[in-house]
Amino acid sequence: MGWLTTSLNRSIGKKFVMALTGSLLMLFLIIHLIGNLTLYGGREAFNGYVETLEVVKPVVRVIEVILALIFIYHIFNGVRLWWENKKAKPDKYAINANKEITTFSSRTTIVTGSIIFIFLVLHLSTFWYQFNISGHPETGSFEFYDIVTYWFNQPVYSIVYIIAVLLLGFHLNHGFQSAFQTFGWNKKRYFPTIKLIGTIYALIISLGFASIPIYFLLTGGK
Amino acid sequence: MKLESKVPEGNIAEKWTNHKFKMKLVNPANKRKYDLIVVGTGLAGASAAATLGELGYQVKVFTYHDSSRRAHSIAAQGGINAAKNYQNDGDSVFRLFYDTVKGGDFRSREANVYRLAEVSNNIIDQCVAQGVPFAREYGGLLANRSFGGAQVSRTFYARGETGQQLLLGAYSSLNRQIKNGNVKVYHRREMLDLVIVNGRAQGIIVRNLLTGELERYSAQAVILATGGYSNVYFLSTNAMNSNATAAWRAHKRGAFFANPSFTQIHPTCLPVHGEAQSKLVLMSESLRNDGRIWVPKKAGDNRPPNEIPEDERDYYLERKYPAFGNLVPRDVASRNAKYVCDEGRGVNGERAVYLDFSDAIKRVGKKVIEEKYGNLFDMYQNITGENPYEVPMKIYPAPHYTMGGLWVDYNLMSNIPGLFVLGEANFSDHGANRLGASALMQGLADGYFVIPYTIGNYLASEKPEKVDTERSEFNDAEQNVKDIIAKLLSVNGKQTVDEIHKRLGHILMDKVGMSRSEKGLKEAINQIRELREEFWNDVKVVGTGEELNQTLERAGRVADFLELGELMAVDALNRNESCGAHFREEYQTEDGEALRNDEEYAYVAAWEFKKVSEWELHKEDLKFEYVKLATRSYK
Amino acid sequence: MSGEHLNITLKIWRQNSPNDNGQFEEFKVSISPDASILEMLDELNNNLEREGKRPVAFESDCREGICGTCGIVINGHPHGPLPKTATCQLHMRNFKDGDVIYLEPFRAAAFPIIRDLIVDRSAFDKIQQAGGYISFNTGGAPDANTIPIGKDVAAEALDAAECIGCGACVAACKNSSAMLFVGAKVSQYALLPQGQPERYKRVQTMVAAMDEAGFGSCTNTYACEAECPKGISIMNIARMNRDFIKSKIVEQEVDI
Repeated sequence: MGWLTTSLNRSIGKKFVMALTGSLLMLFLIIHLIGNLTLYGGREAFNGYVETLEVVKPVVRVIEVILALIFIYHIFNGVRLWWENKKAKPDKYAINANKEITTFSSRTTIVTGSIIFIFLVLHLSTFWYQFNISGHPETGSFEFYDIVTYWFNQPVYSIVYIIAVLLLGFHLNHGFQSAFQTFGWNKKRYFPTIKLIGTIYALIISLGFASIPIYFLLTGGK
Repeated sequence: MKLESKVPEGNIAEKWTNHKFKMKLVNPANKRKYDLIVVGTGLAGASAAATLGELGYQVKVFTYHDSSRRAHSIAAQGGINAAKNYQNDGDSVFRLFYDTVKGGDFRSREANVYRLAEVSNNIIDQCVAQGVPFAREYGGLLANRSFGGAQVSRTFYARGETGQQLLLGAYSSLNRQIKNGNVKVYHRREMLDLVIVNGRAQGIIVRNLLTGELERYSAQAVILATGGYSNVYFLSTNAMNSNATAAWRAHKRGAFFANPSFTQIHPTCLPVHGEAQSKLVLMSESLRNDGRIWVPKKAGDNRPPNEIPEDERDYYLERKYPAFGNLVPRDVASRNAKYVCDEGRGVNGERAVYLDFSDAIKRVGKKVIEEKYGNLFDMYQNITGENPYEVPMKIYPAPHYTMGGLWVDYNLMSNIPGLFVLGEANFSDHGANRLGASALMQGLADGYFVIPYTIGNYLASEKPEKVDTERSEFNDAEQNVKDIIAKLLSVNGKQTVDEIHKRLGHILMDKVGMSRSEKGLKEAINQIRELREEFWNDVKVVGTGEELNQTLERAGRVADFLELGELMAVDALNRNESCGAHFREEYQTEDGEALRNDEEYAYVAAWEFKKVSEWELHKEDLKFEYVKLATRSYK
Repeated sequence: MSGEHLNITLKIWRQNSPNDNGQFEEFKVSISPDASILEMLDELNNNLEREGKRPVAFESDCREGICGTCGIVINGHPHGPLPKTATCQLHMRNFKDGDVIYLEPFRAAAFPIIRDLIVDRSAFDKIQQAGGYISFNTGGAPDANTIPIGKDVAAEALDAAECIGCGACVAACKNSSAMLFVGAKVSQYALLPQGQPERYKRVQTMVAAMDEAGFGSCTNTYACEAECPKGISIMNIARMNRDFIKSKIVEQEVDI
């Protein structure tokens, strides 16, 4: 196993880990979004979807553990890279010209990532915890659609949610094309297309998630 | 002292082969017991150090740069010649040899030039194997372009960056030896003296440019590959740091300096824009294929070029040389540019002539010109701020290459045993004029394919005993360097190093440049002596010797240039003939062409240093057995 | 070539030695627009020398943009604001009368400042020494036309090989990553048939040397490509990544 740890701790190894875990998370986000979109189908549809998952609970649990590990490694590795990179560039220039030549998304992954992480904790402590363990914060029932309605009818929670998924969009906009570059699946010819697909993906994910609290705020979810 | 060229016997085509067989060898196990010093990491130095390391010698290589990849070989644009005859156009080793001897106007050593042509093919093989990405044809084979002075297409190239690619190739081989432990590289070290022990070159004194510390290194042989001295003119196409100090200090220790007046002034460079100018930029000679060179007929005609009507323009090269026109050789083009500017007919009375593409653009269209010269036009516009598609370019000749250098025999050893000199730093292969794409060839030939053999022959009769750097010879040399530094720092006058260097450049460019006369040379000698006096009495060098001090570095180099400049004039004055780049006004035909004097001057002028301003001339007679002496004509 | 002189305010980083604290020092200069920015510094230094003051330490050599010696961060841009232009090729006509110009050294932990605008880039040599070559001894090469190489392949290899080793990529990168520099060398040999035998070993040894020199990791912001005076493409980094991953997973190589 020596070769694996050595390899993963090389600069390119660390990039590879970011890209690999990031890609898996991007895949998860698509599945998560599709699931969430059942909310537009109303109570029956959403509860039906969640109950289907309940049927395969052991499988879901295993996937959740794997996902958690991926998340943790992505975050750990990201923070480690950020810290090491900061040490590699201890001093800044009097004029920061980096803004003119790089994208906002690419410069701010640590910031967007950190905020997403804080949001993730909030997200898990509300939805995941209540879906799986405590039930509705007021009634204690496991009426999933009601839990969603409870939270998304609170403007503050919804706004935090919307901001978080928009930042997630920036994070993904960089991450998508970045993964291709890191895996080395990149050529001048199709790099613009990869970037474009990445931006479309980021838009779909962030607007897709953001649309739900907006929908609930506007309609009350009834 | 008699100069022995040590050219082997036999037919010219067999000399090198026979010599290689006859030379003594050092057995592989013994090679690691020998220490060698290489100074310089350009094409010649890097290739020599790498190859000697491969053979197993313990090599120490020195450069004043921060990395060995920065040597000025990197800036060579055009290409490298080789007699591969890949184009099936009649090239051969003999033809390359012939062209080079003739191009050098019969002032080079035939045997050396033949060997150069002979190994030229190995160089291309070597570089390709190193991964040098030479230009290719669609079929995957190597491409060639043609260059001035040859009727065959034999120049290999990598865009306009051939020198860079070749140097990085040599640098890669050098790096491999550094990793293998056979070569140790010392960066930011400037050689300031040569140490001679028992009549043999066995060490150097260098200054650590970061700390100012003087360091001693010893070896069984010292190889100088320290480049040329065009910067003696202050403005040249050479890099800012290129200098003659290592070679000059070796000269002052006894190494003869050969043909110092043979300096090539390249005709197509950007003109000087003002006093702030630090160097001159070369524009490829190929521009003369389509550009027409002209100046106003009347002196003082300061109208913009497009307002000067056709009949008031003087296309002076086309007028004087109807057969070759704008494509006359470098020295002829340069000299005539000087003449018209001397007459006050330069652009706006300044030292510049027009290189006009408007006819070519009319004839073949802007697009074709753009395809051929686009990058050069862009470079011109970047530097001058003028658009050469609309306004004629302004050009003027600039010092570019020095054919002269330390004298070496056929084995590339100077008259000091154990001191070898490679590349532009020696005098050997280009005679009085160098053809395009031959400098890269010579540097790599010397380093990859000549010195590895000839140094073995020398070392085989040397015992591999470590030379103690505490010997008195080292003490003396270090003291000498200390004295020079102390003297430079103590003057504390009013003029900066650059100011004096610029004045030296003006004298040399004016009187020991493209056109020389007895009167001018004598004046130059006096002026240089006076300027040298002034330097030692009025120069201002700030800072100390015990730190990074770039002013001090430059001061030491200029101090040496002030002596070398005088020798250039002395040599030019001695050579009462015109040949190649050396044009003496007194010696020209009725048509104003160079008049060689083969009876009296078919020799290498090797100068022995006696004391400042005093040299003794030694002559090495040149025999031409394979290329018949002939006069050039471009009418 | 003419024009009024430009009056420029320079803020130049002055730092006597590696461990000193540096600061900006202000100078006012009047300079011809035809001069290059380094010629402006030459003139400034001559004036300082005349006054007996320590001149500004900076490095340059060929002044044609090919040797890679020069490198100043000019108003936040390594080699200044013009694309594909080295510091030495940047002329003052690109500035306006009255401009304030900040001149700083390349900043990176792996490039310690030596004095003023001079930094130590020897880490680059160490990376090249780790594997930036094809292993064979002089004299053993076959005829140069033995291996045909496609015109476009040779051109792509040259695109990568054009790197001048100046370090602007490291200076531009917010992480001080050297991956453009290393990727360029790895790519040159990865593209050419001569480089194949050592292809996967090379990428491992060079990446290991790069990591040990204290450069940061690439986070794909592509600032390097934008500031590179030779326009070296980030596709070279992609190729290096690909080769590195492949060397670890597919190829049987010594793990370094």
